[in-house]
Amino acid sequence: MIKANLKVYRYDPQKDAVGEASQPRYDTYQVEDLPDFATVLDALIKVREDIDGTLTMRCSCRSAICGSCAFRVNGHAKLGCKTKLSTLAPNGEEICVEPMTNMKVIKDLVTDMEMFWDKIKQVKPWIETDGEPPEREYQVPHSNMVELQQSMNCIMCGACVSDCTVLEVDTKFIAPAALAKAYRVVGDPRHAKSREWLTHLSEEGGIWDCTRCLECVEVCPKDVAPMDQIIKLRELAIKEGLTDNIGAKHVLHFTESVAHTGVLDERMLPVKAAGIGWAFKNMGLAIKAVLKGKIKPPLPGTHPTVTDVDDVQRIHDELEG
Amino acid sequence: MIEYDVLVIGGGLAGMSAALHAGEAGANVAMMSKVYPTRSHSAAAQGGINAAIGIEDSWEVHAYETVKGSDFLGDQDAIEVLCHEGISDVFELEHWGVIFDRDEEGNIHMRGFGGTDKSRTCHVGDMTGQTILHVMYERLLKVNVKSYDEWFVTTLLMEDGVCYGAVAMEMLTGKLEVFKAKAIILCTGGCGRVYEPSTNGLIVTGDGLSLAYRVGALLMDMEMVQYHPTTLPANGFLITEGARGEGAYLLNANGERFMQDERYGATSLMEKASRDVVSRAETIEIQEGRGIDGCVLIDCRHIKDRILEAFHQIYELAIDYGNVDITQEPLPVRPGMHYIMGGIKTDIDGRCYRYNGVEAEPLPGLYAAGETACVSAHGANRLGGNSLLDCVAFGRRAGAHASQYAKDTKAANVSEQVIEAEEQKIATIFERSTDVRTAALRLEMGDIMHQFTGVFRDESGLLEAQRQIQGVRERYPSVSVDDKGRVFNTDLVAFLELDYMFDCAETIIASALARKESRGAHTRTDYPERDDENWLKHVAVYHTPDGPEVTYLPVTITKWEPEARKY
Repeated sequence: MIKANLKVYRYDPQKDAVGEASQPRYDTYQVEDLPDFATVLDALIKVREDIDGTLTMRCSCRSAICGSCAFRVNGHAKLGCKTKLSTLAPNGEEICVEPMTNMKVIKDLVTDMEMFWDKIKQVKPWIETDGEPPEREYQVPHSNMVELQQSMNCIMCGACVSDCTVLEVDTKFIAPAALAKAYRVVGDPRHAKSREWLTHLSEEGGIWDCTRCLECVEVCPKDVAPMDQIIKLRELAIKEGLTDNIGAKHVLHFTESVAHTGVLDERMLPVKAAGIGWAFKNMGLAIKAVLKGKIKPPLPGTHPTVTDVDDVQRIHDELEG
Repeated sequence: MIEYDVLVIGGGLAGMSAALHAGEAGANVAMMSKVYPTRSHSAAAQGGINAAIGIEDSWEVHAYETVKGSDFLGDQDAIEVLCHEGISDVFELEHWGVIFDRDEEGNIHMRGFGGTDKSRTCHVGDMTGQTILHVMYERLLKVNVKSYDEWFVTTLLMEDGVCYGAVAMEMLTGKLEVFKAKAIILCTGGCGRVYEPSTNGLIVTGDGLSLAYRVGALLMDMEMVQYHPTTLPANGFLITEGARGEGAYLLNANGERFMQDERYGATSLMEKASRDVVSRAETIEIQEGRGIDGCVLIDCRHIKDRILEAFHQIYELAIDYGNVDITQEPLPVRPGMHYIMGGIKTDIDGRCYRYNGVEAEPLPGLYAAGETACVSAHGANRLGGNSLLDCVAFGRRAGAHASQYAKDTKAANVSEQVIEAEEQKIATIFERSTDVRTAALRLEMGDIMHQFTGVFRDESGLLEAQRQIQGVRERYPSVSVDDKGRVFNTDLVAFLELDYMFDCAETIIASALARKESRGAHTRTDYPERDDENWLKHVAVYHTPDGPEVTYLPVTITKWEPEARKY
């Protein structure tokens, strides 16, 4: 038997007797006599059932398949039912449970998921096939289907959206879960409109706005690795020639610069990626950066070079091949 | 007041299938669920969905094996529909985007499952239910079916014997709302949480069963409760039948494959016999002292490559909650409550029925599909892989029929006043302040049900269960909730769910007491034999102020006469 020491975020939006909405607070609970395999969710359920019925959260399956119980546990989004107390707090250390971030809190650990589902809808998460479907199934290679399992594994818990560092500053970002779902569609050999989907995904808020911070890969409880799915979408978009956007141009110039000179020419990257107009508009910023010594002025002879350019090119060609 | 032609209550596989097909048939349809639809318990189905699409298979063989699996209690008209029409349903799911595993030619790969020596179970690794649920949800988004997420239904509305709507509470605000609908389709799943432990999610509380029962609908075959042979002792989690389908062994404490014992009647299919047969054998092994801490062992070591390839979920569950790497050592498992074959009596179009004193007659405006319903495609024992198929096929038929019914029906006059009674109910609950807790009563009920209405039953145990459940239920009106607010009040919902669960428990016990024979999942130690002469009929119950009243309904036989059941 083990015990849990919980510190839980509490918030009730309803006005109390004097007409004030209550302020968020933290309550602590000691839960005794939990089985050795008990999870954070098991402990919270015990609180709700035996100690304090006002504690509010979503949960159902207890086995990481329904996706209801994502909370922030000690600062990171986790599924309550997949987080074992014995690993997290082997000596009864205090465990802090808070609602997911990047979403409005409705009450205690329950967050408003509407934004999450809106983003899912935004990527049009269904396949569209060509013409009438066959009488039986579509014949597709097993390897294709298995490859899609990773993105299909997503249980829509919201953990990656909670901890997404881009969404924190840009609410337009479609965010990891929906983009991973988009790969499940675009990567499906039965889907006939991949170009249309990729065009849409290449727009603002889409695949190129991910900063590859890896947070979504870290917190995903189902190994979906949303960022990896985003990278796959980027590769497909470039292959489709959908390069008329800052993100793709950035990647292309990056590659080109390294392939030709053996080193990245960072000074030209913004110009090549965002265009000359953008560069003019932001000239003030560039001059400031030069004056502060943050970047070198783009004068002839100041471009860095490496001596073994041939080797770099050979590596580049091999990778491209 | 919100108005629809068809309102589907429940957002799992059956509900989504009903909503999609009602919409396709032209109805103004909405779906309502007490959770977000992807949270529905259909997601937990691991193993797969049956369809006789292999070249060496046929729907007739599938149907016969389903009839035999049902111990000849299944209605054969329904079983024919399930196995025949279900084939195109599975292809439709594939066309919508389900990423079924493939064979070398790129066709859907099928695995072996219980109750058959054919490979007939289409699957996506061991996450079949989740994948189908998500793909169907995405389809709903595509065709833009309105979905009321996190709404809890408190009552159905009836006038002049016709169902015309429901009252539901929006969790977000706690507000009650009248939904007027010409047809209601109940797809709320089973009632697993009536038992403790159970493989079912915490939301599986028999809501639809009780809602229908209270407006006079017949509940049929409620004594038929399926114990799955391989659940984890720690928390009742499921280890898919697919593992045995792929060749896993069951061993007793002596290391013997006990299924070869002739007493169990399964010397040919052994571990792949029907669930009732295997669960009974396991229980006998354990009772006779050949178990290990109340368990037997499932041995997957010789199929470890397949486990690592296609059973990621159970591999992880076994490590997390059993501390066992199943590719290295056998895993302790035991029978656990998993599914209820019984439910709201429907015909093959999903119409619910009531008892008019002489016979069963349709209850206009009310439909049901999936585990909530009893059509009865599963009879006394369901074959693995048939439940997802049941949801999709009969969800579709209910949706289509309800849509047509709505076209031919005039809207009822509904008064908003019906809300007042519901408001009063909640006000009364909030007034109470006692130390009687919802969860305590629920757990007591679960223990009683598991102890007396599990794999083996007898009259004295069932009467004891009846007495004890009555005792627990008498304390229900004194339960108080801690949370007296209206916003997202899960405390209140748990309290209301418990009342639904009591109805389920009572009807299970009453039905089990009535059936004085052993058939399928219902094994009476005081009546150990199947008795076709007296009991080849359905037990059906209806609500009266004094508790469930029993009546009997005929079994539909089309092609397959009852015979001795051996595997």
